[in-house]
Amino acid sequence: WNDSLFRLFRACCVVASRLLLCMFLFRVAFTSLAADPSVVNLGQGFPDIPPPSYVKEALAKAVSVDRMNQYTRGFGHPPLVKALSQVYGHVYGRPIDPFKEVLVTVGGYGSLFSTMQGLVEEGDEVIIIEPFFDCYVPMVRMAGAKPVFIPLRLKSGKKSITSADWYLDPDELSSKFTSKTKAIIINTPNNPIGKILTRDELQMIADLCIKHDTLCFSDEVYEWLIYRGQQHVKIATLPGMWERTITIGSAGKTFSVTGWKLGWSIGPQHLIRHLQTVMQNTLYTCPTPLQEAVAQGLMLNMELIGQPECYFTSLAEELEGKRDRMAAIVQEAGMTPVIPEGGYFMLVDVSALNQDLSDMKTDDDDDEAYDYKFVKWMIKKKKLAAIPVTAFVSDQSTKDFEKYIRLCFIKVNKTLLLWLH
Amino acid sequence: FFRKVKVYGQPNLFAKSVEFTQLAAEYKAVNLGQGFPDFSPPQFITEAFCKAVSGGPPMHQYTRAFGHPALVQSLAKFFSRIVGHDIDPFEDILVTVGAYQALFCAFQALIDEGDEVIIVEPFFDCYQPMVVMAGGKAVYVPLRPKEGTAVLSSGDWVLSAEELASKITPHTKAIVINTPNNPLGKVYKREELQMIADLCIKHDLLCFSDEVYEWLTYDGAKHVKIASLPGMWERTVTIGSGGKTFSATGWKVGWAMGSGHILKYMKTIHQNSIYHCATAAQEAVAQGFEREHELFGTPQSYFQQLPAMLHHRREKLASSLKGVGLQPIMPEGGYFMITDISSIAVDFKDSDTKDENYDFRFVKWLIKEKGLATIPVSAFYSPEHSKEFDKYIRFCFVKENSTLDAAEEILKKWSQNESSH
Repeated sequence: WNDSLFRLFRACCVVASRLLLCMFLFRVAFTSLAADPSVVNLGQGFPDIPPPSYVKEALAKAVSVDRMNQYTRGFGHPPLVKALSQVYGHVYGRPIDPFKEVLVTVGGYGSLFSTMQGLVEEGDEVIIIEPFFDCYVPMVRMAGAKPVFIPLRLKSGKKSITSADWYLDPDELSSKFTSKTKAIIINTPNNPIGKILTRDELQMIADLCIKHDTLCFSDEVYEWLIYRGQQHVKIATLPGMWERTITIGSAGKTFSVTGWKLGWSIGPQHLIRHLQTVMQNTLYTCPTPLQEAVAQGLMLNMELIGQPECYFTSLAEELEGKRDRMAAIVQEAGMTPVIPEGGYFMLVDVSALNQDLSDMKTDDDDDEAYDYKFVKWMIKKKKLAAIPVTAFVSDQSTKDFEKYIRLCFIKVNKTLLLWLH
Repeated sequence: FFRKVKVYGQPNLFAKSVEFTQLAAEYKAVNLGQGFPDFSPPQFITEAFCKAVSGGPPMHQYTRAFGHPALVQSLAKFFSRIVGHDIDPFEDILVTVGAYQALFCAFQALIDEGDEVIIVEPFFDCYQPMVVMAGGKAVYVPLRPKEGTAVLSSGDWVLSAEELASKITPHTKAIVINTPNNPLGKVYKREELQMIADLCIKHDLLCFSDEVYEWLTYDGAKHVKIASLPGMWERTVTIGSGGKTFSATGWKVGWAMGSGHILKYMKTIHQNSIYHCATAAQEAVAQGFEREHELFGTPQSYFQQLPAMLHHRREKLASSLKGVGLQPIMPEGGYFMITDISSIAVDFKDSDTKDENYDFRFVKWLIKEKGLATIPVSAFYSPEHSKEFDKYIRFCFVKENSTLDAAEEILKKWSQNESSH
């Protein structure tokens, strides 16, 4: 059985894709390099700021209630799905059935998995916009489907300064839709660039989805992290899109509690029921007390919508300051920041430094992308960890993105200042 | 490689039990069907959770994907001396969202298309769809009541060595055992496990050993880990549950333990489906194991106190059942007791259910007519054997005394009605 296990392993994580191998190896290498306590870690995509105290209190309180320590409803704890239905019913401007149109999952990641497993079949094609959150590709492949890439392109003649300078070429996008296309995955606000797809861009995608009768998987985990002057539009609210869209959200990103690993999928019953079936056959139910606490956090903020204390808006305000501070630090260091419209990551163009990385070359990989080498150099020599952006793109787009690294700015001021020093 | 929605779409026992739960709620039945405690987890574990919640920001952010370091280390320390093997916390353990997800990872990672998997019946019903989802074929071997003796205990249900051996073919990849068993409560003796181990070694098979109820043994029955038998560590995946261990099923913290060369494939599945489990819950379970490590074998150990408490509840339920002419099979371990209902003649007035198995009809009748909820045992059998075993229903006795008292009242009234006819 060793042979078949090995075949399985290969099929599962490599499938002749250098990208996957790179990512897997990179994660391993990166983790050990950055684990050095003297390294300031702006690579990892999670907060080191504390979550709001009321969610922690709600969790402690939930654990003290007997019933909250036992299994709850498999597709989502009733108070949570009801809270989600209320909050999103308000945001979408349509009633959302808490029991048929909502599924609670283990993080946004779990929603992506349930969506792919539930709706994508062998032989399908799934369009992925680059740069992309790295798990999309292995998940598409694991469903037996083929990823089809389309890169965000930089407007020519512009020195990149904001995430809005990246765009989707309409003709190029249109050419990617074939008779085999099952779905397109979009991520807005985008990780790593921070781009927020405009209403026009979403309309263009929607038109193609309707024309080709494809599904849309919209990863909106950073939906509340929208900076001044920006607007997050839900593609599911465009005409003809509710019935073909799964929208993914995350408690971890909403309340700065990534370690709670709770997320949700919202969509029409005829699609959600397939995700529910996957859930039923993979882990059955999510932890009860955590769901109870998130439900309370959502209801509390529902009352505060429009007010300064509402975490859905106050977190973004707090992060905008950090974003701007980080951009200033980056510029002082001689690099060029790409100001994100949303999310908590920032792309940084390191090419102006013209850094000589010849001593970072390893024997076994002459082909290693510039950003990988740069990140290793930066960790070793500058004690600062970041993530190379080519980890988020396919081979064919490496050349366009290897001058960028990704920094995460949802960090306490102390962390940012440490780096400045 | 991953199965499709059509396969996922088989309704499993959880789906059926949802139906029973709804029926039970509708008729306000005393619920001895659901397999979870209606009492609270021990104070030391809920305190550990609260302490984790009020810990620093890291407690609320992502932890190590394959298991929170504190948890894998305490599990390795705790179980190494029981298994008699030095368990490496980082190589030999994978933490999952409940034992359910550990089972999912095991089947997905280790069962290939065309493989046969032997399942010992009665079985926790998710095993079968998980085998099918992995492209495998389930082959069943039933535990059978011993001939010629009164069948009073789960120990009187045995596996025939010849019958088991006859099911092994060149396609057999693994055997799945569950000890203590749900629903029967059988605790496999060392000789029985040795017989299974001999076949695994002879035919180079894997063994998936679901041991979620490992601490719940009664009447001096000893839980033996098949992984501790010679030649078995390298081919066994042992699955455990924080929820069952600490009476906190809603926390959904489980694990798989086994040789790193097998676990690594399961880690890949985990990484591409869920990736991380909730941090605070893992920290709390780690603290629970630290405490139990100190108190192991002493009267203060929860692993002594819980079975001692449940021992009496088990006796109480059994005598109530005998009082009404039912024949309970005393379980040597676990949460459940099955009862032979063949001596009770019931006129099912409900013609809607006439195509269902006898025990399914009986369970619905019992809910509606007597206000007592249970689970039909033929649900834990393969289609080919379910008619053979349709005269048993399953009770959960891991309930407060008040719940068992209420059940006793119902049974007393029932027997009074019977004797008055």
